[in-house]
Amino acid sequence: MSDRPHPFLIVVTALVYLFLMLPLVIVVGAALSDTTYLTFPPQGLSLRWFENIFEISAFRRTIITSLQIAFLGTMIALLIGIPAAYALNRFRIELPKWLGTLFVLPILVPEIVFGFALLKSFTVGTGAPIFLSLLIGHTLIVLPYVVRVISASLASFDFSVEEAAISLGSSPVKTFFTIVLPNIRAGVIAAFILAFITSLNDVSVSLFLTGPGISTLPIQILAHVEQFFDPTVASVSVLLMFLTVAVMAVVERTLGLTFLAK
Amino acid sequence: MTSGLFRRRNGATGWALSAPATLAVIGFLLVPIGAVIAGTFMDPRGVFAPYISYFNSGFRTTVLFRTLQIAALTTITSLIFGFMTAYVVSRAPGKLKSLLIVAAVFPLLTGVVVRAFAWLIILGRNGILNQTLLALGITSEPLEMLYTQGAVIVGMVYLFVPLMVLSLVGVLENIPRDVLQASSSLGASPLATFWQVLLPLAVPGLIVGAVLVFTGSFTAYATPQLLGGERQTVLATLLHQRAMVSFDWVGASTIAAIMTVITITIVLAMSHIARRINPMAT
Repeated sequence: MSDRPHPFLIVVTALVYLFLMLPLVIVVGAALSDTTYLTFPPQGLSLRWFENIFEISAFRRTIITSLQIAFLGTMIALLIGIPAAYALNRFRIELPKWLGTLFVLPILVPEIVFGFALLKSFTVGTGAPIFLSLLIGHTLIVLPYVVRVISASLASFDFSVEEAAISLGSSPVKTFFTIVLPNIRAGVIAAFILAFITSLNDVSVSLFLTGPGISTLPIQILAHVEQFFDPTVASVSVLLMFLTVAVMAVVERTLGLTFLAK
Repeated sequence: MTSGLFRRRNGATGWALSAPATLAVIGFLLVPIGAVIAGTFMDPRGVFAPYISYFNSGFRTTVLFRTLQIAALTTITSLIFGFMTAYVVSRAPGKLKSLLIVAAVFPLLTGVVVRAFAWLIILGRNGILNQTLLALGITSEPLEMLYTQGAVIVGMVYLFVPLMVLSLVGVLENIPRDVLQASSSLGASPLATFWQVLLPLAVPGLIVGAVLVFTGSFTAYATPQLLGGERQTVLATLLHQRAMVSFDWVGASTIAAIMTVITITIVLAMSHIARRINPMAT
């Protein structure tokens, strides 16, 4: 088989990439529009819709809530996920196989079912505050990514190095922080980024865990789109895209981008 | 003896380290979902009453079949285009390949709401597509494209094609090139090599990608909500509407149970099949 794919396949691939990129270009164009309605190509360029984001208090509030939840949820997921991933790799023989499957469950069960169940059984059942429920929900949906990415980087870690340190008198805890953790640094960064973005973009879990005065950015965007058809949402989308680009640049710098495709 | 003792202590350490995450998943995910599903069987009208009333409702069975249909069509479309694209990407030279992978990762990291919103601008009554069609004189009045099944499927394919491409690139790269070269050097035409060598080797990966896309589109909320509206109600939007608008907790729980059972069944069955037919497995 020759190495060059058939021209037909190349044309299809070009069209698929056009299909992937064009809508995002259109959103950027709409965000820069000077008109009060959504249109493309933009008629007159302006940044007024970006100012508008911060003038609407609901957007200001939900951006802060989303960033808080994404940061705290990711940190908690790392805090409980790193030891779990370490245990799964280090004690592979001693621990049952289903334990690994358990940590994948939050992305295996439909997210919208999880959000509803958390609302019905936990929030309503115990009267827990909405913010706490949101935080628990987001921690759990990012946990599988943390465990998977950390496990992947531990898989290439040679545990005999750790044993050597311990047999030379280093305590297990100290060994973990001085030997194991520095070796999986790249994995921890990747896990943080993946978890943060996943949490920031989440709709299905947050959908049920919002109440008076508390909501996340994607839910606010949904609500805004259903009421107004102005370019504000396009500008918020562009802000989120900038954030994504920034994150990808960080990944590129630290790990190389092919890391994300694994 | 000593090693046995050591082992047991190791096991206990392993359990202790994974305990917080284990308890979090059990306490906040398994128990709540279990309680929701169990609750549907405790209806005063009878054990299966919520399910009987679900399937007796013409509207709700229509919603179930519509959701399955949208998920199936999304999966097939994503498989076809994803496989062709992944094939070209996996054959591309180094620099171009990483660029193409980045270009597929980027939309994936952009939120679902943003990506559904993009299609709202394109497919709307005064959207770009209608403006273009009118300007070119292809139609004389704007077409109603939004709130149709087609709009939902386009939005979903847009959501899931990058995922399919990325997972299939990995699969195709793992197929040893020697096998393909052996096929062509033994005289097989490119088409024969494709159908008889490449495709069978890629089937387990195709199944994994198909399961990801099917379950993802079967349970998606934002895209059908924005592009389908009430006219294209699917299980996810019906679940939300039952729970948060009508406060019909039993109805919402029944939908949640149906979605969970279908999703888990498909994942388990397909991963079992993928393992069995893997020709590379020994």
